[in-house]
Amino acid sequence: MAIRERLSGNEAVATAMKQINPDTVAAYPITPSTEVPQYFSNFVANGDVTTEFIAVESEHSAMSACIGASAAGGRVMSATSSQGLAYMFEMLYVAAGMRLPITLICGNRALSAPLNIHNDHSDSMGVRDAGFIQLYCENNQEAYDNVIMAVKIAEKANLPVMVCYDGFITSHSVENIMLIETEDVKKFVGERKPTQYLLDDERNISMGPMDLQKYYFEHRKQLADAMRGAKDIIKEVSEEFYKLTGRKYDLYEKYGIDDAELGIIVLNSSAGTAKDAVDELRKSGVKAGLIKPRVFRPLPYSELPDELKNLKALAIMDKCDSVNGYAAPLFTEITSAMYSKGLKVPTINYIYGLGGVDVKVDDIVSVYKKLNEIAKNGSVEKTTYYLGYDN
Amino acid sequence: MGEIGFGGNILKDGNSVEFKTGSWKNKYPVHSKEKCKNCMFCVGYCPEDCIRHKDGILEGIDLDYCKGCGVCSKVCPFKAIEMKSKE
Amino acid sequence: MAYNLKDVVAKESRFTSGHRMCAGCGAPPAVRNILRALKPEDNAVISCATGCLEVSSCIYPYTSWKNVSFIHTAFECASATLSGAEKTYNALKRAGKVKKTTKFIAIGGDGGTLDIGLQSLSGAMERGHDITYVCYDNGAYMNTGTQRSSSTPHFADTTTSPAGKVLPGKTQKRKDLTEIMVKHNLPYVAQTALFGNLSDIYTKAEKAIYTEGPTFIAAFSPCPRGWGYPSEDLAEIEKLAVMTCFWPLYEVENGVYKINFKPAKKLPVTEFIKTQKRFKHMFKPGNEWMIDELQKEIDDKWNYLLMMEEITNKKED
Repeated sequence: MAIRERLSGNEAVATAMKQINPDTVAAYPITPSTEVPQYFSNFVANGDVTTEFIAVESEHSAMSACIGASAAGGRVMSATSSQGLAYMFEMLYVAAGMRLPITLICGNRALSAPLNIHNDHSDSMGVRDAGFIQLYCENNQEAYDNVIMAVKIAEKANLPVMVCYDGFITSHSVENIMLIETEDVKKFVGERKPTQYLLDDERNISMGPMDLQKYYFEHRKQLADAMRGAKDIIKEVSEEFYKLTGRKYDLYEKYGIDDAELGIIVLNSSAGTAKDAVDELRKSGVKAGLIKPRVFRPLPYSELPDELKNLKALAIMDKCDSVNGYAAPLFTEITSAMYSKGLKVPTINYIYGLGGVDVKVDDIVSVYKKLNEIAKNGSVEKTTYYLGYDN
Repeated sequence: MGEIGFGGNILKDGNSVEFKTGSWKNKYPVHSKEKCKNCMFCVGYCPEDCIRHKDGILEGIDLDYCKGCGVCSKVCPFKAIEMKSKE
Repeated sequence: MAYNLKDVVAKESRFTSGHRMCAGCGAPPAVRNILRALKPEDNAVISCATGCLEVSSCIYPYTSWKNVSFIHTAFECASATLSGAEKTYNALKRAGKVKKTTKFIAIGGDGGTLDIGLQSLSGAMERGHDITYVCYDNGAYMNTGTQRSSSTPHFADTTTSPAGKVLPGKTQKRKDLTEIMVKHNLPYVAQTALFGNLSDIYTKAEKAIYTEGPTFIAAFSPCPRGWGYPSEDLAEIEKLAVMTCFWPLYEVENGVYKINFKPAKKLPVTEFIKTQKRFKHMFKPGNEWMIDELQKEIDDKWNYLLMMEEITNKKED
């Protein structure tokens, strides 16, 4: 029987962690994800969980401690944002390279400089090649659900998983949410059963060796293959989750895209805003639709293009910038997938909402207006737009 | 090699004994049982852990691993180990 | 029961042959004798910082670490990595998933410990993890070719503090990590070396590993290549370091200082530095002031230890 609740994003995620009761959590405070270890510390102090909590002295040490904990054989979770995630950069690659199933919660926040504590996706996008599976969440419900699924996905894939949701917009806003009974969560995630771990009483092993050319290339290919294989694992776990909760999760969510002429691809909370814009435009006869990727790593490169083939114009919206003189990551990766599939749809990139700039329904409507112009004359004279600057 | 660990895990502890480092040396130790008093100083100081001993009796130096550093010969209180240059 | 080298070396070695450390390196015997302090029935997790010891002892598909589990993750977080493992041990033991008594030992060189790894070390020590940190101190970044570290002795010639016409080798004093660790209020801190029958390093390792809570050992680790002395002189170099008080053997238990060896005749520092190329320039005419200054620094630290030993052992009368 589900539990009806009203929780902020951070509270929802901390609740999921409580129900999962991981062996070890090592975390360091940083806005906006601070509340996750903060709520969790209360669970630890009040004996609601048996987790060993380590209040580390830096995010670099947070991920290092998580690696040591996971390598030792424990189920391990942590939470961070922005500069903290950037400070973990080196260790994220190590966690993935050592194939450790760590679940890392990322309250998305802009990267310095200049300093900004508000939402955008430059932090998680900045580490998109580290080898973490990346799940993106539109709201508190998805954050709660994805954290529970992440633990299972990680341990099946032997890969770390990052669950991203928007700082403040999701992390600090209270929304209605359906929670799962704790015993159902425990049954769903089961127990971690490591096969190669430090604290195996039967066998001593060495982890994290120096790897020279012959073996290094092979280990890195194994990692890449594991990321490819993770897609099926994510689908499998999502299917199990659907049976438990009735909430359907796939690689991405389609909203009015099947018969759409004008399409938008957008991540996280802005997808909610964009859905309202689609509803409004549909009422006035505009065939608008959108896709909200849930899984960004592994990139659903073969599935996504098929959804876009009937579009007359497409805007891929990035809440971050690549500072490469061209375009941002979501755009460059999805258009490259479209190219590989020989799909030629006039596509533009909108960079928007950096540093927490508000994104309102009529901002999204203005994007569709631009798409309408492009659809009419069938060509794109400019690729990259900054929302609110040069529509 | 046995089961291959993923992520670079090495599943057989202490298996570097399969890698012989003896070829590194250009001098080699000669141990004299007569002079040796089995004090085990050389065993304690040997960087390669390749001086064999059993029940408190020193047996000899395993040249498969000895890198010819000469530490044993200098540390031996009884001058029972002499370094010879390779002929 | 009294220390006996024969019994100690009879214990199975946990750091086997086949590693790729340079011939005559001081680190393997130091680490091996420290690990011999582990009870045969106890398991252990070793967390190594990147460095000579790590890259020479764990090269896929070979590992020299025996009857211990080993993990290396990066250069600056041996302590943090071990912190995670140590806490998970508590969790898994409580859940009945791990039965063996397991000790947790971090090992790093001076660079990995005093410089890049200091924050992670300080954090782990301050949090009170039940771990032992062993620093094998060879006074520079030897794995990358003898670059200066904060533990490089004053005036020493290294590849990034070369003895030049204008700058006479390292211009700063050596950072004293052992004392920094004492100020972390640890239950046990010790400075040791391979000395005589190796009882000093063994007994300190035993105390450090089996004292509950965070403990620290600074182990002297001569480097023939980086210091410039014949590889066979390892034991002699260690002895001279102790006899000149360049590397005092002492321990601090809950703040109480104890000097473990006081040379009957304290030798001048020249006896130690004349044996190594890295100090050769100090003997050039006109550089006498360097030797005097180094001697003064050594005497200051030695007198400080004598004073602390006296003060911290004074009985409340």
